[in-house]
Amino acid sequence: MVFVQSSAETAGPNLLEVRGLTKIFGTLKACDGVDLTIAKGEIHALLGENGAGKSTLVKMLFGSLEPNDGVISWNGEPVTIASPSMAKKLGIGMVFQHFSLFEALTAAENIALSLQADTPLSTISAKARALSYSYGLPLDPEALVGDLSVGERQRIEIIRCLLQTPDLIILDEPTSVLTPQEADKLFETLERLRAEGKSILYISHRLDEVRRLCDRATIMRHGKVVGHCDPRQETPSSLARMMVGSEVKNAERPPSAASGEEILGICGLSRKPAGPFSMPLKNIWLSVRAGEVLGIAGVAGNGQGEFFEAVSGEARQEAGDAIRIRGQQAGRLGISARRLLGAAFVPEERLGHGAAPRMKLSENLLLSRHRTDRKAFIGTGGFVKSGAIQSAAQRIIKAMDVRKSAPDPEAAALSGGNLQKFIIGRELDRQPALMVVNQPTWGVDAGAAARIRQALIELARGGSAVLVISQDLDELFEMSDAIAVMHNGELSKPIPIAEATLEKIGLLMGGAEPGHVHVSAETA
Amino acid sequence: MGMAESILLTIATAATPLLIAAIGELVVERSGVLNLGVEGMMVMGAVCGFVAAALTGSPWLGVLCGILAGALFSLPFAFLTLNIATNQVATGLSLTLLGLGLSSMIGESFVGSPGVRLPNLFIPGLTELPLVGRLLFGQDPIFYLSILLVFAVTWFLFKTRTGLTLRSVGDNHASAHALGIPVIGYRYGAVLFGGACAGLAGAQLSLVYTPQWVENMTAGRGWIALALVVFASWRPLRVLAGAYLFGAVTIGQLHAQALGLGIPSQLLSSLPYLATIVVLVLISRNRRLTMINTPASLGRAFVPDR
Repeated sequence: MVFVQSSAETAGPNLLEVRGLTKIFGTLKACDGVDLTIAKGEIHALLGENGAGKSTLVKMLFGSLEPNDGVISWNGEPVTIASPSMAKKLGIGMVFQHFSLFEALTAAENIALSLQADTPLSTISAKARALSYSYGLPLDPEALVGDLSVGERQRIEIIRCLLQTPDLIILDEPTSVLTPQEADKLFETLERLRAEGKSILYISHRLDEVRRLCDRATIMRHGKVVGHCDPRQETPSSLARMMVGSEVKNAERPPSAASGEEILGICGLSRKPAGPFSMPLKNIWLSVRAGEVLGIAGVAGNGQGEFFEAVSGEARQEAGDAIRIRGQQAGRLGISARRLLGAAFVPEERLGHGAAPRMKLSENLLLSRHRTDRKAFIGTGGFVKSGAIQSAAQRIIKAMDVRKSAPDPEAAALSGGNLQKFIIGRELDRQPALMVVNQPTWGVDAGAAARIRQALIELARGGSAVLVISQDLDELFEMSDAIAVMHNGELSKPIPIAEATLEKIGLLMGGAEPGHVHVSAETA
Repeated sequence: MGMAESILLTIATAATPLLIAAIGELVVERSGVLNLGVEGMMVMGAVCGFVAAALTGSPWLGVLCGILAGALFSLPFAFLTLNIATNQVATGLSLTLLGLGLSSMIGESFVGSPGVRLPNLFIPGLTELPLVGRLLFGQDPIFYLSILLVFAVTWFLFKTRTGLTLRSVGDNHASAHALGIPVIGYRYGAVLFGGACAGLAGAQLSLVYTPQWVENMTAGRGWIALALVVFASWRPLRVLAGAYLFGAVTIGQLHAQALGLGIPSQLLSSLPYLATIVVLVLISRNRRLTMINTPASLGRAFVPDR
């Protein structure tokens, strides 16, 4: 690791210089005296775990948060960035991690909103179309954003930002919703912009990308800058160590012990779109056997959420045999009935869906298990056995190493990773025969993610069936015995892990024919 | 003047206040604010319009005062909901209650005094045309203004940049803020416009429809205007259709009552509500279109994080 005294070694004039930037939320120092310099014509990576303060820092640079202390200099002049429109005037553009698009407007209208007020509305469609093709991110300007996939929305965000011709482009996790091929195109665009003398601040969890693309990296931990390095000189594991501050182990996956007994069977599952912007499911067939971990990959918004709802029973099917759990017809059953058949479900959204935010952990435990563990938790006359629930909650907290501030805190008081550990642990504690998890480690830091993956693999090796839906391909390759890909509401045949490659899965994610990867495409 | 023509004229007069108030509220809701104070702002417009006209003898000044009163009366709502992010439903309801009470107090000594009616348009030759003359060229100025308003608002919302920005604020205020759009400024503008429209609608009641002041003379029209906006899926031309349908059935059932058809009068009185709801629900049964037109941040308080 090369420690660079900030700005000392950069030769050219610095576009942006930040000194001692601090942001305090209540008692938490989200950013604590952060220094950062970005030179003209460089791609600068900002690395750190969840909650390290990266997003807070860039929000201050973009004027959507006000710093408590510190100086921002732009082209050598100290500036106060009071609002996003001021940031734009200076020449700072940003592509947000959580989309900032308007769903009920068309792509062209979305782009128009961030352009100069004197640009006539009628010319924007043509301009957007031309620019999108020249950057290799084709786009239909007349389409309603609500109808677009997440990848297409990301393109709009990027094009919207580029149309303003900023000198500094901030990209917050831009590739998390792109297929590997789409990400490649984005990198070409970014390299082209660098050659044109633009600067880019690049935030990503994907260390391979950072090593490939970035000239310098600043690493943050707990709101402070802990180091600078040249990412091309580092390995992914050395970068990860700097971010986490300790060694991160990959989950171990012993050979599969699939017994062949089918636990979850999905036969010709179809579902009409539930809302104007949701995806229909088209004739899905799948079988998950005891002892295996089956992964479902796909770019977000291709029907994974709808699929999870159909499997968990949040959305019931008309045909009972569309979904079978341990041989029983479950298509018409609700969530509790499916749980009673031995299934367990962990939805994507932790707060408000996986757990009630303002209720204690023990209460959340009771909410999800009062039917399946009736005898253990509910006494005679329907009274709740609070002692038994308390001890079960503590058992889960201990088993999953949930870190918390109080003995039995509210769900909302936990950090995302710790709450996710509790929610997963709550289901694992039942030893379910079938576990269905949607985005098990989304927004969870590396240490907690490894713990969760290991626990799921262990459950499968103990003879249960595990179905994991995830956008994180590295995670799926680490955990799964086979990977199927969901695209546009259709599911490909599962590919055994030994035959699966990143290219194969990537092509399927981009919409190559389900289950049949063409030879020509494979070599492309 | 023929029977048919006079019926059509009364329909237009009955529909106009609903149309104006609903168009104003439509702009407010398109910006993401739910103002349930329409009834209150409308009755304030009615009493202030009437009092100004009665004191000065000028119905034109009355109209102007009605508009100003409505806009001014929407200001406390704007301040409370936009600046200190109070609950929009509760604040709007209190605005209506306050308006009803305040208007009774202001108008107390004017109950029963003779009103001043806004004169109708008269174009020699045209107005005297048979059948359509009075309808097209012989109505009060507010009628023409209301039709103009529908098309102007349609053009504004869907063809201008400011209109696009207003819709974006109503769709997602957090994103709009992140783009540097002054969310609260746009909403102030929309709420004031809605207040002015409600005030004008009220002035129409006390200066055209029935040129006099009666306590609570809006008689729930503000609520009907609110319902029209929702059932018309936030689209101006559908509001026009809904307002006229409501006006037509209201007048129609009055005539039916006069004829004595033997249908209970309570049932007939409820007919305008039923017919409007049924028709507007039928035309908005395309759920996708409705969802796209529904302002997604409607009624949600906006607090920028700094």
